[in-house]
Amino acid sequence: MVETTGVAAADMGADRLCQAVAALPGVTAASVSLGELIVHAARDAIPGLMTTLRDDPRFAFEQMMDLCGVDWPERAERFDVVYNLLSVSLNQRVRVIVATDGTAPVPSICGIWPAATWWEREAWDLYGIVFSGQPDLRRILTDYGFDGHPLRKDFPLTGYVELRYDEDRKAVVYEPVRLTQDFRSFDFISPWEGMTSLPGDEKAHETWKAEGRTGEAKP
Amino acid sequence: MSQTAVPEETSGRRTVEIDSHAINFGPQHPAAHGVLRLVLEMDGEVVERADPHVGLLHRGTEKLIEYKTYMQAMPYFDRLDYVSPMCQEHAFALAIEKLLQIEAPERGQWIRTMFAEITRVLNHLLNVTTYALDVGALTPPLWGFEEREVLMEFYEAASGARLHSNYFRAGGVSRDLPAGLEERIAEWAERFPKFIDDLEGLLTQNRIWKQRTVDIGRVDAEAALAWGFSGPPLRASGVPWDLRRAQPYDKYPLVEFDVPVGRNGDCYDRYIVRIVEMRESVRIIKQCLAAMKPGPVKIQDRKFTPPRRQEMKRSMEALIHHFKLYTEGYHVPAGTTYTVVESPKGEFGVYLVADGTNRPYRCKIRPTGFAHLQAMEFMAKRHMLADAVAIIGSLDLVFGEIDR
Repeated sequence: MVETTGVAAADMGADRLCQAVAALPGVTAASVSLGELIVHAARDAIPGLMTTLRDDPRFAFEQMMDLCGVDWPERAERFDVVYNLLSVSLNQRVRVIVATDGTAPVPSICGIWPAATWWEREAWDLYGIVFSGQPDLRRILTDYGFDGHPLRKDFPLTGYVELRYDEDRKAVVYEPVRLTQDFRSFDFISPWEGMTSLPGDEKAHETWKAEGRTGEAKP
Repeated sequence: MSQTAVPEETSGRRTVEIDSHAINFGPQHPAAHGVLRLVLEMDGEVVERADPHVGLLHRGTEKLIEYKTYMQAMPYFDRLDYVSPMCQEHAFALAIEKLLQIEAPERGQWIRTMFAEITRVLNHLLNVTTYALDVGALTPPLWGFEEREVLMEFYEAASGARLHSNYFRAGGVSRDLPAGLEERIAEWAERFPKFIDDLEGLLTQNRIWKQRTVDIGRVDAEAALAWGFSGPPLRASGVPWDLRRAQPYDKYPLVEFDVPVGRNGDCYDRYIVRIVEMRESVRIIKQCLAAMKPGPVKIQDRKFTPPRRQEMKRSMEALIHHFKLYTEGYHVPAGTTYTVVESPKGEFGVYLVADGTNRPYRCKIRPTGFAHLQAMEFMAKRHMLADAVAIIGSLDLVFGEIDR
């Protein structure tokens, strides 16, 4: 008898499922990575695809466990909407990903899983992703009257406003953020490659430039 | 809304009197388990519509994690669901391990499994007893909190902190258990079932308790699945689903335990499921203690594990590793994972997107109570106001987690 390790067995199960899911309409790509099935789908095909994933006995994904946004600002369609589905009867998971931008709406799946409503509200609140057909697209996590979508990559970590209790006015007031210390974010990616000139070498670089040599070459 | 039609004699017109009003439950209410604001539309004393407002404890954890190295992000997980900290660290540690493709050593895994179960008892003790308090029983929390204190001492002995332990790491746990702790836990595990008996003596057959919880907030299996339930509320609705059994992690495949499943999906069943789970947790803790052997508790790879302090006094290499790990941290190869654990409240998931740097690109936290609280809307419908409190208690909500 051949023993299969946990990951290998998960991969085998996921591979079979992957082939079945890849054949569904609306699926643009399906792959297995780290034992998890990842499916990319077209935005408009989402309601049909999700209904099939829930109702087809081969998939039987009864539960929508998680829905979230991911921001990729350098892409044309900058947001990913990620759905994590779970089947408790077949013990399998799938991750469905669709791309969208700040304006194009993603069809809501609250008619398929009522649980999707709050997750969609959260994605709207934090990323500004619009869901069409969602009757209750209010903000959920941020403050009443909050402006902006805080989990976008271009939203600063410190935010724009801060609030405090004002003793004179006897009220909570909103004010622009004032930092007593500058926000520090260290870049650890490539400390050596990023630095083409060492401190104190400025003069040498100027001389090299005058002589038409590149900074890379050793004198 | 009850409508009282008052027939008017003039020209067939009638006046309709609507007896309905909205009340604000919370955000500062002891039975709101934190900062839940519940806008209730009432018809007399009957709840017509419940609209939970969450986010009053939103601290932007997910955003903060994007600016921290993987090791620095760990303490944020303690502060989500602050009554079951280690289970959430567990999810994050497993997610990083999956992306790094490393595995914790044997003893590290046993310690994590054991502390995950201690955490489950901690959580259920808090939930069951404060739930009883919400319903009007004062003794259970007085007893239960004393037991919690004992467990938090175990936390303190292992990690140095009673609540926010910051103990689990990708690749094991931060340090080994101190001498004598295993014996103390074993001794506790022997006497704790007696405490559960006492607690059950107060509640399980208690007439008032049953009147307040039986048939309150019923959820059938179909609705529980559709609303994304997990953990005790899902099992109470009759779905035999436990991630420790179905998708086991660490040493769960090697331990023996039963998964309690309810039948009615009401508040009483959710209570019973938690009581039985505590007994099962004690079983698992005993098995962990028996199986634990001396050995390393974290992965012996200097690229992930900081060196010991003594080593740093002599070895330049160790000093460099220490410096690099605590400033830059380790780089996690690009990839994504949705890693889940069975936290005491249900499925706690971490959707981690790594881009090859030393910080997570995106770390979505899947809180358990978020889905449960959302279902308040239909669970509380046509229940009395006092029953809404019982339902909130039975769902085991903690706002640190829901609001993130």
